[in-house]
Amino acid sequence: MDIYLLEAVINGILLGGVIALLALGLNLIFGVIDVVWIAYADLVMAGMYVLYGLYAQEHWPLALACLAAIASVALMGVLVHLLIIAPILGTAPINQLLATGGLLFFLQSFATLLFGTDFRNIGVRLPSFEVADMSISSARLLAFAVALVGAGGLWLFLRRTFIGTAIRAIAQDRAIVGLMGIDQRHVYLVTSAIGGALAGLAACLLSLQYDVHPFIGNTFGPLLFMTCVLGGLGDMIGGVVAAFVLSLIIAIGGYYWSTELSYVFAFTLFIVLMFIRPRGILVR
Amino acid sequence: MTMRYAMLVIGAALLASVPFLAPPYFMHIIIQILLWGFIYTAWSIMGRFGLVSLGHGAFLGVGAYVPALLWNYYTVTPWLGIPASVVLAVLLSVVIGYPCVRLRVVGHYFALVTLALSQVVMLSIVAARDVTGGSLGLTINNVGRSWYAFQFPGKTHFYAIAVVLWLVGLAVWHLVDRGVGREALDALSEDEEAAASIGISVMREKLRVTMISAALTALGGGLYAQYMMYINPETLSGIAVSLQVVFGAIVGGMYTLLGPTVGSLLTISLNEGLRVGFGTSFIGAANTIYGILLILCIIFMPRGVVGALQRLGRRKPPRAVAPAQ
Repeated sequence: MDIYLLEAVINGILLGGVIALLALGLNLIFGVIDVVWIAYADLVMAGMYVLYGLYAQEHWPLALACLAAIASVALMGVLVHLLIIAPILGTAPINQLLATGGLLFFLQSFATLLFGTDFRNIGVRLPSFEVADMSISSARLLAFAVALVGAGGLWLFLRRTFIGTAIRAIAQDRAIVGLMGIDQRHVYLVTSAIGGALAGLAACLLSLQYDVHPFIGNTFGPLLFMTCVLGGLGDMIGGVVAAFVLSLIIAIGGYYWSTELSYVFAFTLFIVLMFIRPRGILVR
Repeated sequence: MTMRYAMLVIGAALLASVPFLAPPYFMHIIIQILLWGFIYTAWSIMGRFGLVSLGHGAFLGVGAYVPALLWNYYTVTPWLGIPASVVLAVLLSVVIGYPCVRLRVVGHYFALVTLALSQVVMLSIVAARDVTGGSLGLTINNVGRSWYAFQFPGKTHFYAIAVVLWLVGLAVWHLVDRGVGREALDALSEDEEAAASIGISVMREKLRVTMISAALTALGGGLYAQYMMYINPETLSGIAVSLQVVFGAIVGGMYTLLGPTVGSLLTISLNEGLRVGFGTSFIGAANTIYGILLILCIIFMPRGVVGALQRLGRRKPPRAVAPAQ
């Protein structure tokens, strides 16, 4: 196999890790609260700015700044639920999607107001290393590993804790969980906080590889919704598979044609799959 | 009746006097309000059926780029280019709309499929950068004042064009409203089975409004491009402009004839007002406030400004932006 193609494939898989992490967060919210946070990618952007502000401007230690970024995006998740979703929870899902669309405008322009439209980098440069003539970025490898650990942690949380079980229960049957003595509002808040925390974690991982700017969410946001829907609602394994499939398509397509064309192909595939497998790629 | 008539006369007089009274800057703003008002109206023709499309950037992009490319490369007159782009947009809307309607892709799935469509069009424009100029945008070859090229350097011609276009949009909205009947419309967006049971062909009606909406949106995109003489994939297709169209229509109120126009008036004057008021030192201030207003509007005024005003008069029970499925 062509060595450059192999490199593209490896980069695709490594990118897929972070996309999978974000798709899990979105899928959790989608599955449990039945809401599409169309501004999810912009919460990631907000997290990247928190990290940038604390680490590059306030000179906090990197680990502490990362933790603070994760915590503040988790808090944003809770606020999104309390302020935007909860008041209109009873109305059509599309209203909630549109309300978070307003949040998208707000976050992007607020970031522009605070930081301007310049591209900013936290200035952490991790070395690349060579394996069999291929250059592998250790930032990407680290991001991939941490994303997998994060996904594993989420899986354990959902399996082993009471609240995790409650979250899974609510995704399966919204009506019955009230009878089991589970407070739905509490579960929604925890879910929103976890969704936010995953976005915060992804923000830290993406900050190692990319510059942050107010509109960075537009570049990978649509891809996230596609991943989440393709994987199937509430289907975490499907979400991870979809993340790897799409990021491989983009990596290989980017190698053969151009990045934009490979995205065009991925979105077209999404539309086609929505018609032939509307409940997710793994559902029969 | 006499009241309505008087208001119509006053409105017509105001519209006719604008070119004689308004300085060029205000003419520019008013033309923008009318053009976007038309596009928002086009969106609401399908939006009010519960078909919330995040894909209108696709139709705008096709409408703007096809005539511009045909003119720049083959000097095909926009008189042919714009109809061609409208046909293309309608085809696109059928390719996406037919399976959606057929397979009952509704609600946020419909929103996401159409969002993917607008991304496909935007990224295709960027990818074909050798031809389209990519993200840098495309300047339409300027030949000065020409009917053949559909280029008019002054504001007066485009003001007249925008007024006519806007009135056409309102007329189509009204015809669609009448054609299906208000009860049928509401039945369709609230409960498909019930609508089908009283003899409404759900599929045909949905596909029809989708095609009309796509055609008008492409037309609006084409004329906007001719007016601005510069087009760019970010401002005419993709997620940002798609959301802008949706919000313009919703803020104004998509269930009333003038709602989308009011939405365009509010959003564009807010944007311009903040831009002039704050200057460029506060890039983003306008959209920050805009974003907050949108959220509040969807939570507290799901029927938009015009809808809320009407309800103050009539006291009808509130209804959501789109009814629950």
